[in-house]
Amino acid sequence: MPIIIKNLSHVYMPGTPFESVALKDINWEISDGEFWGLIGHTGSGKSTLIQHLNGLLRPTSGEIIIDGVNIADKKVNLKEIRQKIGLVFQYPEHQLFEETVEKDVAFGPKNMGLTEEEIAIRVKDALEAVGLDYREVKDRSPFELSGGQMRRVAIAGVLAMKPKVLILDEPTVGLDPRGRDEILEEIVYLRKKYEMTIILVSHSMEDIARLVDKIAVLHKGQLVKCGTPKEIFKDREGLSSIGLDVPQITHLMYRLRERGWDVPTDVLTVEEAKKAILKVIRGKGYARA
Amino acid sequence: MAAEIRLENVFYQYSQSKDLALKEINLTIKKGEFVAIIGPNGSGKSTLAKLFNGLFTPTEGDVWVDGLNTKDKDRIWDIRQKAGLVFQNPDNQIVATIVEEDVAFGPENLGIPPEEIRKRVYEALKTVELYEYAQKAPHLLSGGQKQRVAIAGILAMKPDYIILDEPTAMLDPVGRREVNNTIKKLNREENKTIILITHFMEEAVQADRVFVMEKGKIVMEGNPKDIFSKVEKLKQIGLDVPQVTELANSLRAEGLDVRGDILTIDEMVECLCRLL
Repeated sequence: MPIIIKNLSHVYMPGTPFESVALKDINWEISDGEFWGLIGHTGSGKSTLIQHLNGLLRPTSGEIIIDGVNIADKKVNLKEIRQKIGLVFQYPEHQLFEETVEKDVAFGPKNMGLTEEEIAIRVKDALEAVGLDYREVKDRSPFELSGGQMRRVAIAGVLAMKPKVLILDEPTVGLDPRGRDEILEEIVYLRKKYEMTIILVSHSMEDIARLVDKIAVLHKGQLVKCGTPKEIFKDREGLSSIGLDVPQITHLMYRLRERGWDVPTDVLTVEEAKKAILKVIRGKGYARA
Repeated sequence: MAAEIRLENVFYQYSQSKDLALKEINLTIKKGEFVAIIGPNGSGKSTLAKLFNGLFTPTEGDVWVDGLNTKDKDRIWDIRQKAGLVFQNPDNQIVATIVEEDVAFGPENLGIPPEEIRKRVYEALKTVELYEYAQKAPHLLSGGQKQRVAIAGILAMKPDYIILDEPTAMLDPVGRREVNNTIKKLNREENKTIILITHFMEEAVQADRVFVMEKGKIVMEGNPKDIFSKVEKLKQIGLDVPQVTELANSLRAEGLDVRGDILTIDEMVECLCRLL
């Protein structure tokens, strides 16, 4: 289910003194099974853009073609689109509302008009996919759970609709390092298991660098760059000028280069950095201690 | 009167809960210090933050701010003026439609004369480097700028202690850098005592002292070098170390003569350059 965005623009409150251009002439193609990172500073248009992908916002101009259908067309059934494209908002746990975890996760599939049996299976699968023990949590109030668990219940609610594309808007904000790693590992697992397309919005350059296949960079409502993590993080100055950054470990490589080390600057993980440094040191005949 | 925040044998229990949120906390933060508090979600960090300025009072034990007990209802406004709290979400902390009015909100409530308020607002905005934004609408600012407006609002109360509860959690990389630079400046140039609660280990390494919390208790305390060199223990608690610290440890494991307590890029560069 490829997504093709053509010349998409969005203007808030057009024709009023408050008119502001949120998105400008966006062209973006997302193929099946790809894992995208969407980065950009606060106010760059990330949330506006992802809300177009499941029809929550309609473009002022341009097309969003999902599975060959332009969803900007007013005749399109958006309910179907929203089942195919799951959107997990920031702080999704604020949207939990049912008495029990089971009911909350079942809410989406129920609205799809599925049978009771099918709903039960989906709820169980979705909770297990996010690493929760179905039997242990199903009858509990979602509000008794820890922050990280609540967030997972909220993600399960989206997964239970079996979307083909999963979009997550900063799913790890406010979580501790372990909670953050767990959620990210689950996203990687979901992608493998269900062959989903994933779009991850994040301010953590470290997480983006190690997880995604491709990165889209938004700045002032425009898609200024698309590429692999290595291509994107190669341009440290460019990123810095638009309010972004490279991972700490990449900064270290730049600094070593300034000091005359022959190390690459497109290093994105601790493991790669280790290899690059060892190569230089052993190449110079440093004796092992 | 001791210039410090002191917690003596503090326990805290939320009324709806069976469990203790904080257990037997004893700590003293001296005026002028920069301390960081780290710990997993649910370890009691935010509860602790709210005890420092009397937003919560302990279920058991005492909290003293410059010798004033936070249970003393007659002195609570003196305490809140001495110790200001900055929260995670800047949008929830802004009350006015113009930046300077927002910063003036606190001192106005203290009943300070208008001339003095104007002076304080001017100084606070200068300190957070937003003076030229005084007349702007806060909602037009970036996340980092909004959070600095929130900090200016606290500064205008002239507190000695500033407690920041995950102030950069919702910010982009530049916003995070701006706020971190402001925090450092408040401590070094304005001599404010900083208590920083954070999930970002790169931020905690800037402190003089780090407290690690787990399940309502303080389980580790020390300078950043002591704390972050205990990589395994931190990971067990569910925390992390900065990427360069992790790199230093894995290079050591390869037999290189690299210290295990490296916390910053600068230290790593110096250490590696000495090897060649």
